[in-house]
Amino acid sequence: MTQPITLTVNGIAHTHSVEPRLLLIHFLREVLGLTGSHVGCETSLCGACTVELNGKAVKSCSMFAVQCDGAKVLTIEGLAEDGKLHRVQEAFWNEHGAQCGFCTPGMIMASKQILDRNPNPTETEIRHGIEGNLCRCTGYQHIVKAVQAAAAARA
Amino acid sequence: MATTITKTETVIGKRIRRKEDPRLITGTATYVEDIQMPGMHYAVVVRSPHAAAKIKSIDTSAAAAIPGVALILTGKDIQKVAALPCGASLPGLRVPDHKVLAQDRVYYVGHAVAVVVATDRYVAKDAAEAVEVEYDVQQAVADPEKALAPGAPAVHPQWPDNTAFTFHQEGGDIEKAFTEADIIVKERIVSQRLVPSPMETRGVVALWHAAEKSLTLYTSTQVPHMVRSLIAQMLGLDENRVRVVAPEVGGAFGCKLNLYAEEALMSFVAMKLGKPIKWIETRRENFLTTIHGRGHVDYYELSAKKDGTITGIKVKIIQDLGAYHQLLTPAIPTLSVLMLPGLYRAKTMCADIVGVFTNCVPTDAYRGAGRPEATHGIERMVDILAAELKMDPAEIRLKNFIRNDEFPFPTATGLIYDTGDYAAPLRKALEIVDYPKLRQQQTEARAQGKFMGIGISTYGEICAFGPSPATPAGGWESATVKIEPSGTVTVMTGVSPHGQGEETTFSQITADELGVPMDDILVQHGDTSIVQYGIGTFGSRATAVGGPALYFAIQELKTKIKKFGAMLLESEEVSYTGGKCVCNKTGNSVSLKEIAGAAYRAMKLPPNTEPGLVATYFWEPPNFTFPFGAHVMVTEIDPETGAIAIKRYVAIDDCGNILNPLIVDGQVHGGVAQGLGQALWEQAVYDDNGQLVTGEFMDYTMPRAHMMPWIESGHTITPTPVNPLGVKGVGEAGTIGASPAAVNSVVDALSTLGVRHIDMPMTPEKIWKLINARKA
Repeated sequence: MTQPITLTVNGIAHTHSVEPRLLLIHFLREVLGLTGSHVGCETSLCGACTVELNGKAVKSCSMFAVQCDGAKVLTIEGLAEDGKLHRVQEAFWNEHGAQCGFCTPGMIMASKQILDRNPNPTETEIRHGIEGNLCRCTGYQHIVKAVQAAAAARA
Repeated sequence: MATTITKTETVIGKRIRRKEDPRLITGTATYVEDIQMPGMHYAVVVRSPHAAAKIKSIDTSAAAAIPGVALILTGKDIQKVAALPCGASLPGLRVPDHKVLAQDRVYYVGHAVAVVVATDRYVAKDAAEAVEVEYDVQQAVADPEKALAPGAPAVHPQWPDNTAFTFHQEGGDIEKAFTEADIIVKERIVSQRLVPSPMETRGVVALWHAAEKSLTLYTSTQVPHMVRSLIAQMLGLDENRVRVVAPEVGGAFGCKLNLYAEEALMSFVAMKLGKPIKWIETRRENFLTTIHGRGHVDYYELSAKKDGTITGIKVKIIQDLGAYHQLLTPAIPTLSVLMLPGLYRAKTMCADIVGVFTNCVPTDAYRGAGRPEATHGIERMVDILAAELKMDPAEIRLKNFIRNDEFPFPTATGLIYDTGDYAAPLRKALEIVDYPKLRQQQTEARAQGKFMGIGISTYGEICAFGPSPATPAGGWESATVKIEPSGTVTVMTGVSPHGQGEETTFSQITADELGVPMDDILVQHGDTSIVQYGIGTFGSRATAVGGPALYFAIQELKTKIKKFGAMLLESEEVSYTGGKCVCNKTGNSVSLKEIAGAAYRAMKLPPNTEPGLVATYFWEPPNFTFPFGAHVMVTEIDPETGAIAIKRYVAIDDCGNILNPLIVDGQVHGGVAQGLGQALWEQAVYDDNGQLVTGEFMDYTMPRAHMMPWIESGHTITPTPVNPLGVKGVGEAGTIGASPAAVNSVVDALSTLGVRHIDMPMTPEKIWKLINARKA
């Protein structure tokens, strides 16, 4: 049994018939081939799958694709515009916010969300803002610096 | 031909942003799970819910009837696959037969019982759940000390004492040291089981090319060549027909320095089915079946003189091995023994290891691998000794450090420390925190009834694994450098980076040595059909062993470049500098691009010289390297909640010369996070039935951003003479230094209540109970 859904992902509308149990992350990764968002835990605890759904950061491993029918989704692949990196991406590069890179797409999406809601967050606000995203490599310090740098880049 | 020499700016030592990052920050990197192939099938492993049981029956009929299911294999179907190898050899080591699927018994929760393959990942999961296994549950034992007790359930029935091996090493006259000691301090110190938890779990894509009898295996590993050799052996394939690729690897920390059942099993399935097979470990499976780290119960004794001079170190290590040996399981605690003397002059030691089977997933290498356990023990013992003697913990360390003029220093454990200035990082750290003032503040805080602690740890490491005779497989590393006909440079390294940034640092080495721009250099790794045989990335070795291999390959290539340069310049005396060959007499020069063109076009060749510009070098290190450092952690404890607030964290590391400070800082920060994770939050807990209670990120407290302090990291620089780059390795330093600094700090805070030791993790509950028990 499948169900037709339409999602606008990174500005492009996609219509597919999917099983109701198909997770949003698998729709993005396997149906659309957008493999930038990762599955780290399947339980919404690590945030590697973070994407924007109608402008809000969500963990796409814990939503069904059918729940998102009609929604607009932004993934890491849609963040750079016309080949120009988003300032959060640029800051992650400059500040060495990525090591193995597996958490990075989700971490960047969560960081963008922090700055969308609060253009000048304190260090504590940044740390709490990304506490739903696990990183095992960096100890978070360079990620915090990257978010600070991205905030400064807009100012 | 140009006549002026342009000096290229050097890049070694600069904070250069990484070449790896553009693909990582745009989501375009390819990890194993991102690989898709036509006809791909998906595998799910059926696992035991019991820690010890006999398998009475397996019924796969319901699962096989589900549309889309292509293949189901159980233990009886994998007889052609050899057992998983144990790479460590110790005298008298008992090695259980480690099949890729359980045979008649299961030995730990998560033990693979069957594999189900289907055209769709969801269908494969449905079918795995439909496999019915009947178990006759046996009594399990999950605690290593309980496993050693008389009458304990036998993990492997053929070895009722649960002992896999014992190991003894001593140096100096230990009996004399303890007989003549003014003071002896003793403590039981636990280094608890940890779950390495890279953000990418394990995963495999296996592809069989039947006509060529060749296998391609994409796997998330630190050691692609080692996996190739072992997979070929296990499956009876020709090694040259097995291609192993470590694509983008999402973290490893030692847990992917291994050969796992699924790597061989999925290869076997691909061969049987003739379809590409994908298996991706779930996070739950990662907790249950990927190796754990640590798992020590250690009994320490330290002998000393009244003035604080340490005269002898004794330890009995009880190592929880789990149910099987993975690749290096029994070898890990022997590294603890090697590291036992720490940075101290005492040349008398005695160590005993008992390796114990338990009904748990095997332990093996996890960031530091044996060295954090030893450092934690010795650094705790030194603090306990200082407290007994009412000495300052900094002073007692300075008194016992090996002195600068004693290097190279032969240790009681048979190592030769290369070089050191052990007081320097400690003094630097103490200066940063203004130690005398800090102690003053502590006195004032105590007067107000507050619990403030200052914890010091000074650590040494054994890095750059390692000289081949001292390692289970070869310990050398390889590099190939190719100047392409256009003058661009391709480096192929035998190390297999997965976050450490060697595409950048190796480009820096190459850029400086060849005088070419960073962008003209491509570093390739991780694919056994592209890269010459290599050892891999672990044990803080990639830059410290792979870097020199690259350096020497470039030197060989330069000799050849100069021959072509001399030919083109029609000169006997040329030098190579700034990307050009220069005639020493006339100052005329030819660029590397011109030389490369001539070397491949080969219209004319220098005497006794072949066309082309390629060099390969296998470098055997003459010794390990021995980095060191000092951490200071300042804490304040809330007696109402037991919460530990980290007020300052200073980490001073000496990893020798630094190729890229940005990357080195990142390694230290991440290492400290894992060390603090152990000290404060993380613990793999098995209950008495062998059930893993902490089997998800919900229950296993990995550090999150808001839990971490700001790390003030810095360096002293003592280059090693072991390699021409003077680099020593930094991957594990933060982890090794952090846990004793943390425990020493909290014990210092609570010392006013008479507390002298706390085992990790120091959860608020544990601290709260401790405070309340002492107050009562």
